Amino acid sequence: MAAVEGPMPGFSFENCIRNRHLEKIGHKAPTAYKTGTTIAGIIYKDGVVLGADTRATEDTVVADKNCSKIHYLADNMYCCGAGTAADTEMTTQMISSQLELHKLNTGRKPRVATANRLLKQMLFRYQGHISAALVLGGVDVTGPHLYSIHPHGSTDKLPYVTMGSGSLAAMATFEDRFKPNMEKDEAMKLVRDAIAAGIFNDLGSGSNVDICVITKDKVEYLRPFDEANIKGKREGNYGYKRGSTAVVSTEVKKIPFEVVATQVVSGTEAMDTA
Amino acid sequence: MEVLNNRGVEDYQTAGPKQSYFSPYSFNGGSILAVAGEDFAVIASDSRLSEGFSIHTRDQPKTYQLTQNTVVGACGFHGDVLTLIKVLKARIKMYLHEHNKDMSSTAVAAMLSTILYYRRFFPYYVYNIVAGIDDEGKGCVFSFDPVGSYEREPYRAGGSASSMLQPLMDNQVGFKNLPKQARVPLSKEEVVKKVRDGFISAAERDIYTGDEVVVNIITKDGVEVERFPLRKD
Repeated sequence: MAAVEGPMPGFSFENCIRNRHLEKIGHKAPTAYKTGTTIAGIIYKDGVVLGADTRATEDTVVADKNCSKIHYLADNMYCCGAGTAADTEMTTQMISSQLELHKLNTGRKPRVATANRLLKQMLFRYQGHISAALVLGGVDVTGPHLYSIHPHGSTDKLPYVTMGSGSLAAMATFEDRFKPNMEKDEAMKLVRDAIAAGIFNDLGSGSNVDICVITKDKVEYLRPFDEANIKGKREGNYGYKRGSTAVVSTEVKKIPFEVVATQVVSGTEAMDTA
Repeated sequence: MEVLNNRGVEDYQTAGPKQSYFSPYSFNGGSILAVAGEDFAVIASDSRLSEGFSIHTRDQPKTYQLTQNTVVGACGFHGDVLTLIKVLKARIKMYLHEHNKDMSSTAVAAMLSTILYYRRFFPYYVYNIVAGIDDEGKGCVFSFDPVGSYEREPYRAGGSASSMLQPLMDNQVGFKNLPKQARVPLSKEEVVKKVRDGFISAAERDIYTGDEVVVNIITKDGVEVERFPLRKD
């Protein structure tokens, strides 16, 4: 037997019974950060463009004004996440790790279809309790691919997809203007406008537009790609003058100490920085 | 096993009474903020009307001028806001015809309290703040809860970002946690600046506050309105 036992693999459910009891006697469960989000992606001539807003909310309060929602999966693959922030973050990290091991085992670049299957099988296993709605995009040996993955594990493979609370606003933009085989600039502009539609029309989305362009041998991660709206400029000065905090009382105390050891160092010797 | 009652008749079950539900309220967001000065009062609101994650309109300020020098800020459920304002305006007009003079700000506040308490068990879902000039010519602010409890205060925030605006005003207008020498009465311009900056900050963090802030400056000569842009996301 090992001297130190590591924790069991998988999630811990040991507090479930206690928490159910606490809820019954009137305690509320803590709320997690949600990324009431707009995320989107399209396939264009040479690859895929992924986009995301940067607002994270906790109920009606903005928790993070510039959070990152485009996650790294592999060198040729990125994944936008909507839903509970912790779930999207941890899920993409776990799958990223599995993809790296898969790459080391096979000696090949991982395919987007592989990442899609790993993600959907994990989400299906947890029956929707892992609140991650994902937009997966990348380029592999078979070309550019784009998937949307729902929290229960269903997936769609489409040329343009949106997810999150701003998905309707973003999809409206795509339905209006998407066409196959677009140029890079045009594709980036379309994704920017789709995310901006979510930022302005969905209260769960806001702040900036992040964009990630993936091609056969290059990734451009642009953060921020665009600051969709400028921060309001305050007129007043809200710094405090020195002495604004009242001093209630003052007491000066001497700290007694004993000299344990002294060391005399000659001036020419270089200081020991080890 | 068959269940028989004492008459030997088979027992049966009826469907029984069924409760059906009606949800008469919704929440449309928005924030209001009022500050009383020496001979003026300032009351402001944002102009966003929303529900859930969608914006109904970006141009619905939640302040309503009732008399020459009384403005009420009202937010919560917009359906109730509209009805309440309609009732208030009607009652103020009745007062004008009966007494041949405008209702005073203090009287409007007292009347609003009784109108709210009348609906104690099916309340107007509205958070009110009345701002105006009192009978001595001083600026006044009255804050209300939805069932009519009210109080005169030097400044007050209400609505979705009230918990962000109130502590800021406690410090900047009420001079809380500041040394005594900082407590100097604020001018009209300074108050407008602080109110405006408060809304700019609230719009950064509250998803229901944004688009525009509408500031009403009340003096004995009437009401001046100024508008400033806010974040639109």
